[in-house]
Amino acid sequence: MRGFDYVVADSPADARKLAGEVDGARFYAGGTTLVDLMKSDVERPRRVIDISRLPLAAIERRGDVVRIGALARNSDAAYDATVAERFPAVAEALLSGASGQIRNAATIGGNLLQRTRCTYFRETRWRCNKREPGSGCDALDGFNRGHAILGTSDSCIATYPGDLAIALCALDASVVVDGEGGERTIAIDDLYLRPGDRPDRETSLAPGELIVAVELRAEPLYARSHYLKARDRASFEFALASVACAVALDGGGRIADARIALGGVATVPWRAREAEAALRGAAPGDDAFRRAADAALAGARTREHNAYKVELTKRALVRALRTVCGGAS
Amino acid sequence: MRTTDRPAGPPRSSLPLTLRLNGRETTFVIEPQVTLLDLLRERAGLTGTKKGCDRGQCGACTVLVDGRRTLSCLALALAHAGAEVTTIEGLANDGELHPMQAAFVEHDAFQCGFCTSGQIMSAVAVVREGRTHGEDQIREAMSGNLCRCGAYPNIVAAIAAVQGAR
Repeated sequence: MRGFDYVVADSPADARKLAGEVDGARFYAGGTTLVDLMKSDVERPRRVIDISRLPLAAIERRGDVVRIGALARNSDAAYDATVAERFPAVAEALLSGASGQIRNAATIGGNLLQRTRCTYFRETRWRCNKREPGSGCDALDGFNRGHAILGTSDSCIATYPGDLAIALCALDASVVVDGEGGERTIAIDDLYLRPGDRPDRETSLAPGELIVAVELRAEPLYARSHYLKARDRASFEFALASVACAVALDGGGRIADARIALGGVATVPWRAREAEAALRGAAPGDDAFRRAADAALAGARTREHNAYKVELTKRALVRALRTVCGGAS
Repeated sequence: MRTTDRPAGPPRSSLPLTLRLNGRETTFVIEPQVTLLDLLRERAGLTGTKKGCDRGQCGACTVLVDGRRTLSCLALALAHAGAEVTTIEGLANDGELHPMQAAFVEHDAFQCGFCTSGQIMSAVAVVREGRTHGEDQIREAMSGNLCRCGAYPNIVAAIAAVQGAR
């Protein structure tokens, strides 16, 4: 690991000030992504700003809104009674990610900014437009079994790796950010940027801006939400494909409303609005679920080794919808 | 730890760190890039905590920080000022093995032993967390600790025995 300047922030404003003083500063909360990538020489911060002591770990109910502090540990949020009861997809997503040890260290804010697991990004001997803009992408014609099929570009097909953000995306969460002009709230859908020709730009956060909380509004259908994750081994593994969904049925038993997001298959947490539209007004059942799955994957662009993800994702979506509709009837 | 002077210049050298290691307050002066794992092994001489992958993938470096199991390889030591860190060396009480250590011996829950201290630290926390019931849930809760010898059946049996005895 290269040397760096270590400083402790005593407030969000202090953290931003410390970040603004040097190029290449990084915030340290749980360390699980940053330290890993520093050891791999992918991250080379000149300054590490320890924000882990800031008072941002509370999980609070404010009316219909649940505010999860950015420094709440993944395990604390997963086992919070309100989160588990009102947003089960969020708790399931958190518990499906990483291991018990990592969930005890990883924070909600840091988890949202987790970097891709693309091998070509994580090992510096390969060309990677995300790590070194303009250098090229060895994943395009490389071993791309784990890579994205949605939201890709000619510059990057790296998969967004997280679970939490997929559930938050389906449940229309907001991210509270502390920046130059005070706090601002952005829809989680607007936090992530598709790679385009600048895959090194991953979020809409300005330099030095700090995520301070995630907010969820408790809609009735979210209480019947679900997260399904398909992976190579049963635990402690990233998603090959994952689905977060929530469904509300009307008085006649038809689907009144649906929220769907996909993980493991896209460059960003992927809201599947076409699939949601296909479900509205339909009678719940495999025909409708399969139509929704076809709609969700209609725009998929596959590479040599990842075409299997299309059918895998469709089946995962059908199974997840069966689960929530079964629970809703 | 409070840092008051913050020059924006080149990386600074060593900084002081005080934490509680297995119940004893201990002070070090370390470079910022020292991980908690390297602090334990290289600076404190507590080599029971193992360095396996050093990338957060194997669990051999598992320790308890303020009672919670965590990976010491992915943590900067300086971020642990004032923390209570428990390693495998801190489990036994006056020479008497911790019940989990004794169960690992009794159930032959290891072969080469390299992953064992991480397995035991994780297992101690899993039992304390109290959320696992039955062998399947123990396997899921212990998925962050790999054993390349494949001693899993006996590891699960050891943990189940300690849980059953509580």
